Amino acid sequence: MRYSGFRVIAEALTGHKGWKPVWRDPAPQAEYDYIIVGGGGHGLATAYYLAKEFGQSRIAVLEKGYLGGGNVGRNTTIIRSNYLLDGNEPFYEFSLKLWEGLEQDFNYNAMVSQRGIINLIHTDAQRDAFTRRGNAMRLHGADAELLSREQVRKMYPWLNFDNARFPIKGALMQRRGGTVRHDAVAWGYARGADMRGVDLIQNCEVTGMRIENGRIKGVETTRGYIGAKKVGVAVAGSSSKVMAHAGMRLPIESHVLQAFVSEGLKPLIDGVMTFGAGHFYVSQSDKGGLVFGGDIDGYNSYAQRGNLPVIEDVAEGGMALMPAIGRVRLLRTWGGIMDMSMDGSPFIDKTHIEGLYFNGGWCYGGFKATPASGWCFAHLMAKDEPHKTATAYRLDRFLKGRMIDEKGQGAQPNLH
Amino acid sequence: MSQSHRIPGGQIDRTKTFRFTFDGLPYTGHPGDTLASALLANGVRLMGRSFKYHRPRGPISAGSEEPNALVELRSGGRQEPNTRATVAELFDGLTANSQNRWPSLRFDAMAINDRLNAFFAAGFYYKTFMWPKSFWEKLYEPIIRRAAGLGSVTREEDPDAYDKGFLHCELLVIGAGPAGLMAALTAGRVGRRVILADEDFRMGGRLNAETVAVGGVPGADWAAAVVTELSAMPNVRLLSRTTVIGAFDHGIYGAVERVSDHLPVPPAGKPRQILWRIYTRRAILSGGATERPIAFENNDRPGIMLAGALRAYANRWAVKVGERVAVFTNNDDGLRTATDLQARGVDVVAVIDSREGGEMLSGVRHLRGAQVIDTAGRLGLKAITVRQANGATETIAVDALGVSGGWNPNVNIHSHHRSRPVWDAGIAAFIPGPEGPPGLLVAGAAAGLLSTHAALRSGRDAALAALELTSGPDLPEAEDAPVRITPLWHVSHGKGRAWIDQQNDVTVKDVKLAKQENFTSVEHLKRYTTLGMATDQGKTGNVIGLAIMAELTGRSIPETGTTIYRPPYTPVAMGALAGRSRGKEFKPYRLTPSHHWAREQGAVFVEVGNWLRTQWVPKPGETEWRQSVDREVLATRRSVGICDVTTLGKIDIQGTDAGAFLDRVYANTFSTLPVGKCRYGLMLREDGIVFDDGTTARMGEHEYVMTTTTANAVTVFRHLEFCRQCLWPEMDVQLISTTEAWAQFSVAGPNARKLLEKVVDQDISDAAFPYMGAGNITVCGGLRARLFRISFSGELAYEIAVPTRYGDALLREMLARGAEFDPVVYGTEALGVMRVEKGHVAGGELNGQSTALNMGLGKMVSRKKDSIGMVLSQREGLTDPDGYRLVGVKPVDPNGKLTAGSHFLEKGAAAVAANDGGWLTSKVYSPHLGHDIALGYLKAGDRKIGQRMRAVNLLTGQDTEVEIVSPHFFDPEGERLRG
Amino acid sequence: MIIHHPILGPRDAQEFVYLGDASLIDRPDGMTAGIEEFHEYLYQRTNPAGEHRELWYHEQGDRSWLVVTRNTVTHEITKVELARDVARSRGRSK
Repeated sequence: MRYSGFRVIAEALTGHKGWKPVWRDPAPQAEYDYIIVGGGGHGLATAYYLAKEFGQSRIAVLEKGYLGGGNVGRNTTIIRSNYLLDGNEPFYEFSLKLWEGLEQDFNYNAMVSQRGIINLIHTDAQRDAFTRRGNAMRLHGADAELLSREQVRKMYPWLNFDNARFPIKGALMQRRGGTVRHDAVAWGYARGADMRGVDLIQNCEVTGMRIENGRIKGVETTRGYIGAKKVGVAVAGSSSKVMAHAGMRLPIESHVLQAFVSEGLKPLIDGVMTFGAGHFYVSQSDKGGLVFGGDIDGYNSYAQRGNLPVIEDVAEGGMALMPAIGRVRLLRTWGGIMDMSMDGSPFIDKTHIEGLYFNGGWCYGGFKATPASGWCFAHLMAKDEPHKTATAYRLDRFLKGRMIDEKGQGAQPNLH
Repeated sequence: MSQSHRIPGGQIDRTKTFRFTFDGLPYTGHPGDTLASALLANGVRLMGRSFKYHRPRGPISAGSEEPNALVELRSGGRQEPNTRATVAELFDGLTANSQNRWPSLRFDAMAINDRLNAFFAAGFYYKTFMWPKSFWEKLYEPIIRRAAGLGSVTREEDPDAYDKGFLHCELLVIGAGPAGLMAALTAGRVGRRVILADEDFRMGGRLNAETVAVGGVPGADWAAAVVTELSAMPNVRLLSRTTVIGAFDHGIYGAVERVSDHLPVPPAGKPRQILWRIYTRRAILSGGATERPIAFENNDRPGIMLAGALRAYANRWAVKVGERVAVFTNNDDGLRTATDLQARGVDVVAVIDSREGGEMLSGVRHLRGAQVIDTAGRLGLKAITVRQANGATETIAVDALGVSGGWNPNVNIHSHHRSRPVWDAGIAAFIPGPEGPPGLLVAGAAAGLLSTHAALRSGRDAALAALELTSGPDLPEAEDAPVRITPLWHVSHGKGRAWIDQQNDVTVKDVKLAKQENFTSVEHLKRYTTLGMATDQGKTGNVIGLAIMAELTGRSIPETGTTIYRPPYTPVAMGALAGRSRGKEFKPYRLTPSHHWAREQGAVFVEVGNWLRTQWVPKPGETEWRQSVDREVLATRRSVGICDVTTLGKIDIQGTDAGAFLDRVYANTFSTLPVGKCRYGLMLREDGIVFDDGTTARMGEHEYVMTTTTANAVTVFRHLEFCRQCLWPEMDVQLISTTEAWAQFSVAGPNARKLLEKVVDQDISDAAFPYMGAGNITVCGGLRARLFRISFSGELAYEIAVPTRYGDALLREMLARGAEFDPVVYGTEALGVMRVEKGHVAGGELNGQSTALNMGLGKMVSRKKDSIGMVLSQREGLTDPDGYRLVGVKPVDPNGKLTAGSHFLEKGAAAVAANDGGWLTSKVYSPHLGHDIALGYLKAGDRKIGQRMRAVNLLTGQDTEVEIVSPHFFDPEGERLRG
Repeated sequence: MIIHHPILGPRDAQEFVYLGDASLIDRPDGMTAGIEEFHEYLYQRTNPAGEHRELWYHEQGDRSWLVVTRNTVTHEITKVELARDVARSRGRSK
């Protein structure tokens, strides 16, 4: 069924009797052409685009828990394409362009809201680095502006300008950056995929892979064996676990990232802001909560929960930047498993096993990538060649020395 | 206004009267009151508005689970949004205002949403506002954002201080109700170190709200006596007004003590709040239980509250919420409310008991098998409609209704490690599961043991188990009533709305819609309807919502499951989590030895990591920074300049294998370096990218001194220790960081030697101390020092180091004794100008993405020995002959301007990524050359020397024709170095 | 978290800096090993959900590198050793 304002009014007047399930709960079939392992944002988007853009059918998404229950359901909802390196920027700009038409495309209001993102500058070296980055963005067709201290002050006069340990000297701004209602992205893709015949199978965990003569045959699951011509894995923090079923080790470590939301507040922050002198970034949701985060805890973890030091570190950054939030209350913390790669950049690639494809290594930046990740993974799976914006996301790039290291931190995942 | 609803008794101090205001109107209360109890005592039930429908709201609880009675407390920089009136302790002069209403609480224009509620069903916004596309950001969303939120935030800085501290104990007891008090007593009496934390300002938990007897005295009196006994024990620390917010790994608990929130302002020298990190091997969660309501039509009117809260207000705070009260219950505990209220002279007009049969209460109209099906009263409850067992309906005029749907153990903290609670059908509630945080036991109502006796017993037993004791105090006598409950989650009647989440306005209908649309997972239910996402995190409503979903889907409640419990237990002020790390105290300052001298001169400082370095030192008459910097550069190159370079990392490396060790950690060779000489060293990461650079000197046969960049001082040392301990443990080599032990100055310029000769005791002539010489010397008649003849500026230059405490003196001495050379002290800007003039790499080039080859230093990576990064530096992607190379850049027109971060484009090339040739890494104005110069990474740059290109900054429109030149702008032959 | 330092006893994890999998001790010899072996050593990870031997550095303490055996699902630490001892036991002392 198609959603619209008229439909909402009509249903309201008739007691909401007509709303249909947003997706079916089909039993798994014996075999599919495509199995996507992972019913998070990237997996659902892959299935959606496989069906819609690449004309494929007989597709299933296998999700061990509930749809959208991975990192798409526990992130800080930011979209942007303010990347530096050639391997990344075209991909994220492609993603941002997909966000810009997404809701009309899948007929679901995911509240894509381009209220702008600013990266604050506190040193001359940061200004140089952001100038390099802003120019790289512009060369790739993205928007970028450099703001002066006074321009920042005009936007947010209550930031700490006058008593700061690290004074604000300006900002790099991307006006097309912003936020999206994260759950709605998962649901919109899920609904769109379901409408196109994709089987979304929840509570179905992959427990093994059947590989014969170097070719994938299907997957063992908690709901039985399911055959497939092609299997794509998009399971974020569980990448190493799932790919181990194929005997593969990955250049990935799983780490915990915490995120935070305050109690609901009347409007304070319009856009997204990152503090350049501490580990803190923030936006305000449409419900009024300040949504913020900082660094990963820094140790390997699958626990989906973190510890106090990072909570304190993030709060310190917040108070250093915004002295007025001392009495704003932190409402909830949460933790997700980040598939931290060795250079901080992701993978969308084939594997040495024919018919087995891998999408992962998104670190803590996978949400903004969701549409392009789905599109490019679907492209790769359908055509067996990478999408033109995702050619650098190869698993062998470390062997070849073609790292995509935005932060210049080297082969240590917890520093990216 | 008088305290019209105050009744006799209670735990308030009537000898003192507090004055306070709510929405500008004056009221009075007493010590011991909360804002909610005081307002109720004054007959005020309406305290807020709900989030979505702006429905009138009064308190439903008497504790921290409150979803409704949220106010803005205080004003100015202390304005606190969303403060729960039910836990805000009253003080004299308190001011509070209602929130999320316009123009007033009684008449709220946004209540139009309530009339339009049919259009605002769960998730309606996902289905509309999509056309036309631009309207979302321009029209719909701004309206939604303006309406969002509850309380408002001040823009002023919070004037109060917050502290943090560590506490250690053998047993942490969380919650000071009967179970917690008994646990603390058991451990305290045998001398164990105990911390007892309770969120309330009065310990005792429900004993303060009940009329039960413990050991033959009123429960509240027993609690007070235990608290008195505990407070006399030196091994017991009582933390009232302290909420344990979370259980973290390895027995670390976070707790927030509200030191001064019950006072108008914090006393001098006291913080507002303290974040405690409590370290303990054992802990007992005795945090009690939270009552839950029953959903029925229009169950959200002010005056309708939890039955336990109704009697808490009567028993503890001496407040009758209404003149005519009814109780609606599905369990025996609700009956207690009727009994207690009646005993206090409150008119209980009916008890509506959903259970069939059973005993009847005497002296009150007890309707069995009955349900409340609707209510009336716009701004407060006026009447309820009751459907009796025989189906007859009756409207009863009441102004207060207590509702009890049973009690949910407060399992939150036990579930903070993601263990799921388990269903206990006996009490119709979730209780802690078998797997909780290691070392955390559960006692009392938190464990689902709801009688006073069971709480006392389990508290004692938990302490015995935790501390491996065999016997504890005798248990005082107390009631041990069984839990008799017949679950009733919602009343099936009519078409109206029955609230589950009163703050977010989630009703039974919304749960049904979620089911209809297949959002049946409990997480989907939460996320789609926003159930439990309000400031109370669903403490009263969540279980009802999932029970209804269970009913709709035919699954059991345990199959349906709960959402995840996350810290903090109740919301925590950001200030408390940040503590003192704010403003200028956000990070510590590291000051250089010359800092005081520089401050005396009016120097301008710059933040470099945590260091504060001299950026330049203006002279009188200099109005623009470039004047000072140009002067410093020219004076150095003309005569002599001094720069404090103490911030560079210094590492002493000693041992018989020190040279061999350096060969492995540096790309180039050091074991061949003669004693008394320095060498430039290039250090790679294992991935072949340049990590750091600096000079290392051989001070003796087995003794080297390494310098690192300022930025990498810590990480290089860490890396060297890794190499030493983990990779080559057999090597005889020892390391120590001496960054803070030595003050170090660069002395550069044609007169550098002459100036140093004024302070150095030894012969430092070119013959005695040649270029790249290094050695231990003395200065000023015997002070030990180190001298290195190295240059970053391209001049004849030295770095001289003395013990840090002599740094200031050495600087003053050099300036005084060398006055004839007119020495200048230069800062980081002049340092940067001279190093770019010389083509030395620094921060902009050492970006963690560049190889030795990129920097034109490829030949330094020796293949004759194994060193960190040597192998992987040979990967094809890092050895591309067309890759980036370091070049010098100058504007073709000397007036042309350059900007670091600009990108290279060929002349006439479009500004697109395909034409991107690289970027300018560092730019300075060279006073020596009289124009801007820059360094940059240019693709195949080594083959483009002499070519003309453009340096383009698309962010400002700057587009400058440049010539690619050697990075060595100044004295390329290095003649001055050797002077 | 709390790490029981073999020399110093229980210390808060905040005093330490984390590096990663303890297999980073097993660096190949650059004079004999090639790019593929170094690639395997530096980049590829087992990344187990469960017991993990990992390197922590006591930066705010005695500068010992430690090998901590910690469960990545529960965060329980079952063993802490001096990395130097582990390195020696793996034959790195030649």
